[in-house]
Order: sequence, then structure tokens, then C-alpha cells
Amino acid sequence: MKICVCLKQVPKKDSILRIAQDQKWIDERDISYEMSEADAYALEEALRQKEAHGGEVIVISMGPERTRQSIKEALAKGADRAIHLDDPIFEQATDAAGIGRAIAAALKDEGCDLIMTGLQSDDHGFGQVGLIIAERLGMSSATIVMEVQIETGSVRVKRELESGWFQWVRVPTPAVLTIQSGINQLRYATLKGIMSAKKKELREVKAADLNLTADDLKPLQSIERAYVPEKSKQTEFIEGKPAEIAARLVEKLRFDARVF
Amino acid sequence: MMDFELNEDQQQIKRTIREFAEAEIKPHVTEWDESQHFPIELLPQFAELGIMGVLFPEQYGGAGLGYIEYSTIIEELARVDPSVALSIAAHNSLCAGHIFVGGSEEQKQKYLVPLARGEHLGAWGLTEPSSGSDASSMRTTGARSDGGWVINGSKNFITNASFAGTTVSLAITDRTAGTHGISAFIIERGTKGFSISKKENKLGMRASDTASLSFDDCFISDANLIGEAGQGFIQAMKVLDGGRISIAALAVGTAQGAYEAAIKYAKERHQFGRPIAEFQAIQFKLADMATQIDAARLLTLRAATLKNQGKNTTRESSMAKLYASEVAVRAAEECVQIHGGYGYIKDYPAEKFWRDSKLCTIGEGTSEVQRVVIARQILRS
Ligand SMILES: Cc1cc2nc3c(=O)[nH]c(=O)nc-3n(C[C@H](O)[C@H](O)[C@H](O)COP(=O)(O)OP(=O)(O)OC[C@H]3O[C@@H](n4cnc5c(N)ncnc54)[C@H](O)[C@@H]3O)c2cc1C
Repeated sequence: MKICVCLKQVPKKDSILRIAQDQKWIDERDISYEMSEADAYALEEALRQKEAHGGEVIVISMGPERTRQSIKEALAKGADRAIHLDDPIFEQATDAAGIGRAIAAALKDEGCDLIMTGLQSDDHGFGQVGLIIAERLGMSSATIVMEVQIETGSVRVKRELESGWFQWVRVPTPAVLTIQSGINQLRYATLKGIMSAKKKELREVKAADLNLTADDLKPLQSIERAYVPEKSKQTEFIEGKPAEIAARLVEKLRFDARVF
Repeated sequence: MMDFELNEDQQQIKRTIREFAEAEIKPHVTEWDESQHFPIELLPQFAELGIMGVLFPEQYGGAGLGYIEYSTIIEELARVDPSVALSIAAHNSLCAGHIFVGGSEEQKQKYLVPLARGEHLGAWGLTEPSSGSDASSMRTTGARSDGGWVINGSKNFITNASFAGTTVSLAITDRTAGTHGISAFIIERGTKGFSISKKENKLGMRASDTASLSFDDCFISDANLIGEAGQGFIQAMKVLDGGRISIAALAVGTAQGAYEAAIKYAKERHQFGRPIAEFQAIQFKLADMATQIDAARLLTLRAATLKNQGKNTTRESSMAKLYASEVAVRAAEECVQIHGGYGYIKDYPAEKFWRDSKLCTIGEGTSEVQRVVIARQILRS
């Protein structure tokens, strides 16, 4: 079983975020980074599957130099080798289409049985990269995966639906699974793991190695403006008979305010 | 060339231990302190992480790391709970450390390997009820007997004693030879004539176990004598040179924890219409804390670096231990002060750091003893 995990490095959860001057994203100075939470669960799931069934876990991450810290952490936790897409050209790829295209190109010849990604990243939260990789590589896919059972030629997964509903589906392999946070207990890197990580292969891949140009990765989607949520106040009077008012109020509270 | 940054691996170790301490230790700190509970249930996790044998080569079950990594680990544990750090430090530096420094290959295989793998906990007994700073005035004796030694006497204030599977203890084997008449023995839990008594009820470090050892005609075979008879005290002084680096690191971590709590509170607490962090009196306290903690950490890492290079660090270890422990007490006290009345209440972490910090100026040689050691070193040349 060859499993590849896609990792993204994102600003740490407790970071104090400031909007950048150009109002397109946050100011990245003075920010510490960490592995996106759902990706950490994807890595854990991959490591557990490998421990149960044997095989290899590869991690792949696209991002600048600093991303190595998260890649090394994954190696320290037990991944066997890593691929780092590190090239200024990749910085063009700011949307799911570009990121998915680059990663798919890098994994094309790996012959993975499974590719696992987090359900969505903690920063952009596109939730699309996994599916785009699947489409590009012609693999089947399942999203919001809570449990993984490996079979021969397929994988049975439990998917989260809405309002506490779940679904078991069988997906033929090779497949891409996007993993939900909290589905397993994350391990800590061990001192031994940290020290042995530096002996593991960490392959740096440039855009040219994948025959990709800046043009190929041009975003199809862009952020217009990043801003701190603005407070607003709206008052609405519901008119009618008491029973109608109550029904309407419940509907508003449930679907607009989403308080229950 | 001087490099004041931890390298990539050391930073990863620091992050990992911090993450572990915050998730697995922090939620229980108050409860363990109140009930004097030592978290022996975490031993398998400590073992898995590799922090029960940080300094020992892999062939002895250790992580094969140096004093910078070790100090970093102890500091990060102490930042969250100094008493857990104390128990880990005593296990690594003192008990396992003594066997590593003076033990035979056979003893290392039999005792150091399981200690370093974290299969059980270790304790180290030097102090006695009537012998503390003046350690060579100990009264516990080991009398020659067929194939071994018969130990009689007692040790007190021994960290980890109640839980230890392996204990290293010192005893006088030749009363006429002074410090050259003291020997070190490895004692297994359950050995006939060896018992643990009187768990201490302490001011601080309450989640760390501290108890007494009693020897009542306890027979220890020659196989468990560390090195040769009469070498115990010299070995112990060497063990303490390393041990003091870990207490310095523990003090730095304690100070760091107190400092972070103080900064957080100073930004949150409003009086006279603004956060108290905007008052210069509070700012100066924080500035002093930050400066002194940096200085303490640098002294600690200098001693660690020299130790890694195999140099004699008696002076540097004592300087680091002396300064860092006094910084810890001061920082913890200022942390209480910055918290005002809330600093006196157990709902906030300040008072616990204060109570815990005080051990640092006492254990493994008091501040006075560190000054004696430093003075002896600097006046020698
Ligand atoms: C929580 C805790 C854990 C401990 N863990 C261990 C352990 O695992 N193993 C172990 O062996 N011991 C341990 N100890 C013992 C510790 O090392 C001793 O308490 C310490 O060395 C001081 O000895 P003492 O308590 O007998 O004080 P004393 O030596 O009686 O000192 C009393 C006072 O006199 C001062 N003083 C003594 N001599 C001089 C001098 N020459 N010049 C100036 N001042 C002097 C001291 O500095 C101190 O202020 C522990 C103690 C505590 C509290």
C-alpha cells in the first residue's frame, strides 16, 4: 500500500492576524506556521494504515522554504519520504486549480494506491484540492472521510453527511480521500523520530521538473478583499398570528442565525 | 563563532515537548498539585517520546542526544509543570546518569537500558536527615560481607523514591577514608531490607514524589556496586555537574512559565481604565523578567555546550544553577505581584510557580553551596 499525504502549512491557530497592506491577504510577517489541522489527521490515518497493512507513506507539500518545518515534522512522525514543491513559480498557484494541478503533476508517476488530504485547509478552506487531484489523475474520490477500511482493489469509507448522518461507501482504488479532523488520535513526534527524519529522502521539485510554467498555474479564482468581519445590526419584525410568528422565528433561528 | 539559535532538530524537539506538555500535562496541573499526585500513568508516553533516556547512546536504550536537547526538554516541561520536570530530571541525570557515569557494561545493560527505555522510574539517594549540604557526613553504612555489602541507614528527600524500580544510593564503606570511603550501590525495588517510607507533604513540586529510603541489614551483592568501593562520592560530584545543568534548565522553564502567565494577565487586567501592562511599573517588572530569563538561559546553554564538549563544567554548571534558580524565584514572585490578589488565589497559575520555584535554590545544592563551589573554582587559579 503506497499512500501519499498532501500537507499544507498554514498560520498557527493562535496567531494574531493582521490584514496585509494590499488588503488581499493577511500580513505574513511575524507569523508562525504549522501543519493544517485536517492534514495532520490525514497523515495520522496514513501512518496507521501503513502500520496495519505495510507499505509506504509519502508526504507532499507545496510552499516556500518555511514549509520544510512541517515536512520534517511529518517525517519525524513516521512518513518515509517527502516531496517539496519549492519554486517561486509555484507561488503563482494561489487557488485550488493551480495547487491541484501542480500536485497532480508531481504525483503522476508515483503510482499511489491512496492519496489523502485534509478535508480543507485552515487558511483558504477551499476544500477542493483533493478532488482536483483525483480528477487530474483519473482516480476515484471520497470526501469528509471519518473511517477508512482497506480492501483488495477498493477501500470502504465512512463519510460524514449533514446533521449527524453518515454513509458507508466503497471506492475503487487508486483513490483520493479527504479526511475529516478528529477521526483519530494524533501522535507526537518522538526524539528518535526527529533524529532519524534527517536521514530520510526529501526531494525538492521545481516547476520545470513538472513542465509547468507560471502561465499554467495562473489562478482562475482570486481574493478581492480580505477584511475583519464587520459588525452590523439588522432588526426584522415578524408579523402574523402567534403560531406563525413562532414558526417563522424558529426557522430564522435555525437557518439564518444557526443557533441550533 | 557563537550561535545563539537552536538548530532545526532542537527547535523541533522544543515544539514537540511543548505541544505534549500543553496537551497532556497542563489540563491536570492544578489537580496533581492539590492531591500530590505523581502522574506515573504518563510513563509509557514519556518512554515513547524518548525523554527517559535523553543523554544515553542508543545502544543503552537512550535517545543519544546532548545537553542542549536535554536542557530544552526539561525547560519545556517545567514551563508547564516544574514538578514533572523535576522527576524527569532526577531520573535522567541522577539515577540513570550515575549508572552511565560509573557503571560496568553489565550494569548498564541490566539497569540503564530499562531506565532509558522508560520501563520504570529511577531515584537517587545522597541526602540524609542529618546530612544535606555536607553530603560526605552521611551516616548510612555499607559493611563488607560475603560477596557483597550490608547496608544500614536512611536517606530522605529522595525524588521518585516511592515509584522507583531502580534506586542508586550512597553509603560509607570505609569510615577512615573520608570522601574516598563512600560507595554507590544499585538497589532494586523489593530488595530485602530496603523500604520506602514517609512521602513528604511539600510546599511546592507537589506532583513530584519525595520520600525516604530505609536500609535495614539490606544485602547488596558486589555485582551492584557501581565502579569500585570508595569511588561513589567522586562519581556523585560528577553526576551533580550534569544534574545542576538540568536544575538550571528547570529553573529557566519555571521562570518562563511565570513570565508568560504574567504577560498574559498584564494585558488582560484593566485598572484605571487601561490594561495594567500600560503602567511603567508593570512594564519594568516584565522587562527585568525577560532580561534575566534570557541571561539564565544563556548561562544554562553555555554549561550545556561545554558539557557536550567533554569539558569540566563544575564552575559553569554551578553558575547556571545559582543564577537561574534565583531568577526563577524572582520571576515567580513578580508574577504573583503582577496578578495582585488573584496571584494569591489558586485559580491562577502564579502562586504555584512561586511555590515550585523555591525548590530550585535548594535541590542539588543550595544557592549558598553553589557560591561555595564557584568561589572555590575562581580562587583556585
Ligand atoms: C523536593 C526535594 C527533592 C529532593 N530530591 C533529592 C534527591 O532526589 N536526592 C537527594 O539525594 N537529595 C534530594 N533532595 C535534598 C536536597 O539536595 C537537600 O535538601 C539540599 O542539598 C540541602 O540540604 P539540607 O536540606 O540538609 O539543608 P542544609 O544542608 O542543612 O542547609 C541548611 C541551610 O544552611 C546553609 N548552609 C549549609 N552549609 C553551608 C555552608 N558551608 N556555607 C553557607 N551556608 C551553608 C544552606 O545553604 C541552607 O541555607 C531533595 C530536596 C527537596 C526539597
